[in-house]
Amino acid sequence: MIGYLARRSAFLLLSLFLAAAVLFLLLRLLPGDPANALLSLGATPDQIAAARHQIGTDRPLPEQFAAWLGSLATLDLGRSFVSTAPVGPEIAARLVVTVPLTVLSFTLAVVVAVPLGYLAARRSNTWFGALLGALSQLGVAVPVFWIGLLLITVFALRLRILPAGGFPRDDWADPGRALTSLALPVVTVGLVMSASLIRYVRSATLDVLGSDYLRTFRALGSSFTGAMWRHGLRNAAVPVVSVLGIELATTFLGAVVVESVFALPGLGTLLVKGIAEHDYPVIQGVLFVSTFAVLLIGFAADLIQRIIDPRLRHNLSVEAR
Amino acid sequence: MRTRRSATLVFGCALVAVIVILAVASLVWLPYDPADTSGGRLASPGLPHLLGTDKLGRDLLTRLMVGARVALAVGIGSVLVGAALGVTSGLAAGFTTRWLDDTVAALLDILIAFPTLLVAMLVVAVRAASIGTVALAIGLAMSAVVARLTRVLVKRVLALDFITAARTAGTSWPRVVIGHVLPNIWPTLLVNLALQLGLAVLAEASLSYLGLGPPPPAASWGRMLQEAQATALTAPLGAIAPGVLLVVLVVGVNLVADGLRDVADPTRRRIR
Repeated sequence: MIGYLARRSAFLLLSLFLAAAVLFLLLRLLPGDPANALLSLGATPDQIAAARHQIGTDRPLPEQFAAWLGSLATLDLGRSFVSTAPVGPEIAARLVVTVPLTVLSFTLAVVVAVPLGYLAARRSNTWFGALLGALSQLGVAVPVFWIGLLLITVFALRLRILPAGGFPRDDWADPGRALTSLALPVVTVGLVMSASLIRYVRSATLDVLGSDYLRTFRALGSSFTGAMWRHGLRNAAVPVVSVLGIELATTFLGAVVVESVFALPGLGTLLVKGIAEHDYPVIQGVLFVSTFAVLLIGFAADLIQRIIDPRLRHNLSVEAR
Repeated sequence: MRTRRSATLVFGCALVAVIVILAVASLVWLPYDPADTSGGRLASPGLPHLLGTDKLGRDLLTRLMVGARVALAVGIGSVLVGAALGVTSGLAAGFTTRWLDDTVAALLDILIAFPTLLVAMLVVAVRAASIGTVALAIGLAMSAVVARLTRVLVKRVLALDFITAARTAGTSWPRVVIGHVLPNIWPTLLVNLALQLGLAVLAEASLSYLGLGPPPPAASWGRMLQEAQATALTAPLGAIAPGVLLVVLVVGVNLVADGLRDVADPTRRRIR
């Protein structure tokens, strides 16, 4: 396990390095001069050169990259072109909204999807199972921002029971108010996420229900609940956990889009603003932090999967079906 | 069982056909000029504006039809980009030496960790947004997924005996690829590309909603929803219709993918 942890951590670090490299290259190689963000139309060549010098794009690429890696290592994400405020603290302040939004939505999705997915599998031949199947098929096709828009219209504009958007200025000083502002966004992301999750839980449960070991255990006299509890859950959990990692990352992205719908001051709205203002340090910083989060989630999912599935620990092949 | 499966395919095709008909019709005939603002603000559905107008007085039906064209163009365009990049690099990776292949596999795993939407936003950030850029951005972002799948499929086929037999018989590698590898992997690839098409359509809508999609004269469903958000209570149709069309297209594409999978892979029919 320690050896695996070391290998997996090395892979995480390598991934981070490559992520930094890819981000750096994409932003530099794509046409468009970052210095333009600092200049107005009709700038003189001198002004352009000065702007390039100010942000360091006049230096050779490897040198720029090394400088960026160096500042990343000291957790310095640079300063915004527009507000000149340091990007790191700005992102940290935004995470106060984005992280709770992601975690709450994800929790809601799991709480809704696990029992429903299980029921959909148990009742797969009834109208109830078919209805759940159709609903989850619909759910994966619905854009998350549209659900948000519809929920705002109904619950904020028509019924006036929840705020349409925004977040308290003093963040979590008043937890009740903060939670109320997050209610609709959380339901929006949670519902859409649960749709795809239901499908995975359903097929994992179906695989277990049709398995030989469950039938054997039942034939030996165990009750259905007992058999499910001793063997079914753990086996069904393996594919679900690996999907949960991906789902959590997707929830995070859904949150990024939904923040714009509800005008929440989170990472997503910061990114959209950065893109609109061609604020490269902000774009670079937000994308790096987001990718880091996604990689970290993958790391955690791999570890958990190894803990619940002994076959992975002993390098035995896991048959897909 | 068999009839129910093909029903999935037929139903999916029917849904997609609705959108395709709207898009094709928009090339030949539109009720109004998409930029014509003479309809009056938020006219209610009826005559002369069948579905009413938006807050700028533009005809909703016209803009829905143009939006269908944009959604399909971006969806198909990005899948073409993603397939061209992904299948080529996946094939190449599948054929190279062990060491190089491992490196490519690790690299792909990392690239996949980059969320599609964020990569697309990054590309759009540095290039002026247009239908082409958006398709390129989404295609680029999806290519890693396609490449990884292609690589796995290629490796699986290459390990089979008939490839060894073909090589022993003196068939050149290019001929092996065209004659043996591609025919064996395309059904699975096609199903995956269909699913990617649905995701691409959703990604375009999200980008447009965020104001990063094709610029104003091109009506995009995502942008229409964003514009209708403020007036959703007084003119609900504007906030509903584009979303419904989006869902029709994506559900349709997903059902086609499901149906194709059952046709392409008979062994899956027994399961479930």
